[in-house]
Amino acid sequence: MKTVIEASEAVALGAKLSRVKVCPMYPITPSTHIPERISDYIFDGEMDAEMIHVESEHSAASALIGSILTGARSFTATSSNGFELMYEILPILSGMRLPAVMAVANRAVAGPINIWNDHSDAVSARDQGWVQFYVESSQECIDTIIQCYKIAEDKNVQMPVMMCLDGFSLTHVFENVDIPEQKQVDSFLPPFKREDILDVKNPKTFGPIGLPDSFMNFKKQQQDAMINAIDVIKKANLDYKKLFGRGYGDGLIELYKMDDAEYAILAMGTICGTAKAKAEELRAKGKKVGVIRLRSYRPFPVEALKKAFKKLTRLAVLDRHISLGSDGPLFTEINAIAPGLDVFGYIAGLGGRDVTLDHMESVYLDLETGKQKREWLM
Amino acid sequence: MTRKETVGDVAKESIPLNTGAVIRTPGNTKKYHTGSWRTFRPVIDQKTCIKCGTCWRVCPDAAIYIDKDGKYRINYDYCKGCLICFRECPVKAISKELEQK
Repeated sequence: MKTVIEASEAVALGAKLSRVKVCPMYPITPSTHIPERISDYIFDGEMDAEMIHVESEHSAASALIGSILTGARSFTATSSNGFELMYEILPILSGMRLPAVMAVANRAVAGPINIWNDHSDAVSARDQGWVQFYVESSQECIDTIIQCYKIAEDKNVQMPVMMCLDGFSLTHVFENVDIPEQKQVDSFLPPFKREDILDVKNPKTFGPIGLPDSFMNFKKQQQDAMINAIDVIKKANLDYKKLFGRGYGDGLIELYKMDDAEYAILAMGTICGTAKAKAEELRAKGKKVGVIRLRSYRPFPVEALKKAFKKLTRLAVLDRHISLGSDGPLFTEINAIAPGLDVFGYIAGLGGRDVTLDHMESVYLDLETGKQKREWLM
Repeated sequence: MTRKETVGDVAKESIPLNTGAVIRTPGNTKKYHTGSWRTFRPVIDQKTCIKCGTCWRVCPDAAIYIDKDGKYRINYDYCKGCLICFRECPVKAISKELEQK
């Protein structure tokens, strides 16, 4: 069924269609509409789930541990400083290999206090053992949430997944969305089953100490699971496409006009739409330009990216986060895997600063001339 | 100087590293013999001991037990050698010995 809805509602519908049973949530701008909609569904009897009104995001993330250990599919959403308050629990969820799914409505981390969009919240948590998706549209939100559970619960992965959507510039945008049928979603996503659950008849110990003789082995298991996730993400994208007719690149990266491109912009999230619009405009003028949208930031799809870089002369990486004292984290990571490629790094759109078509044009011009005029797109 | 290993440790018991560090056989901490951590070994002189129970009460690891003859004994499988019993014994019935081969 096609209907015009807000991206936040698409996220909430994704959770509902995934038959989520427990939602420990603590609203924070700009993620607030997500718990609001879920609350509506539960109140109206459309969704058979329990909403836990926790006292903080730290508790929301902690409650995810308990709810998943009872065998219940669980979901939460947050933003910015709420996300930061969850920080302690994020690596515990991944260390315990619990398939939580969380929507992160990306918002700048204070200070100064700022409610608008950049990626400083989620990108700074890249090492915490969560699969991270960055999405571009409302349609992708609903499709990705459903895929997130498929990936998180895969027996070769068993890692939590966060879906990052840009605050306001996506969360509050109304778009035409094709809502999948419940029956179809059920055939794609089977009920959640877990071997190790809290059971008084069969007691087990969860979250024990990992001494120096085992801690490193558990970390290696997590790394192996993340690498396994690369193929699982691809397969989820492909299987979803077969059923619903929609896919997003190979699930890891999405290529736009990249077949013969010499110059390309690589970014994550909604600013890719702006880059695509500019690329289309420049293509009409005969310029061989393209866009690479990184959808899966963790696991980092090294092989897919290297393949996409093969024909490029120059590449621009737009970071919506700055690792203060270093550089854009995406830029440094791309540089590390593309030693022969000329890569320009840009810091863009921090704290809701607009990233405009003019910015994109100046970046493409830099790529063409081979001279980077400025590093911050102010 | 080498530290004297009393009995085994987790590696020797080869406890499986389950996904997410889940322990499917609860209570297996008992198999982990923390006595191997010990540098000093407390030794009770049964002739001096007045059976007041102070060592039994202050031991943070419940490594002191009363045997069937009513004597206070130390379970060296779990005694980490903190020596609180050695310090607290009111009649100095407990001495310390350096663990060495």
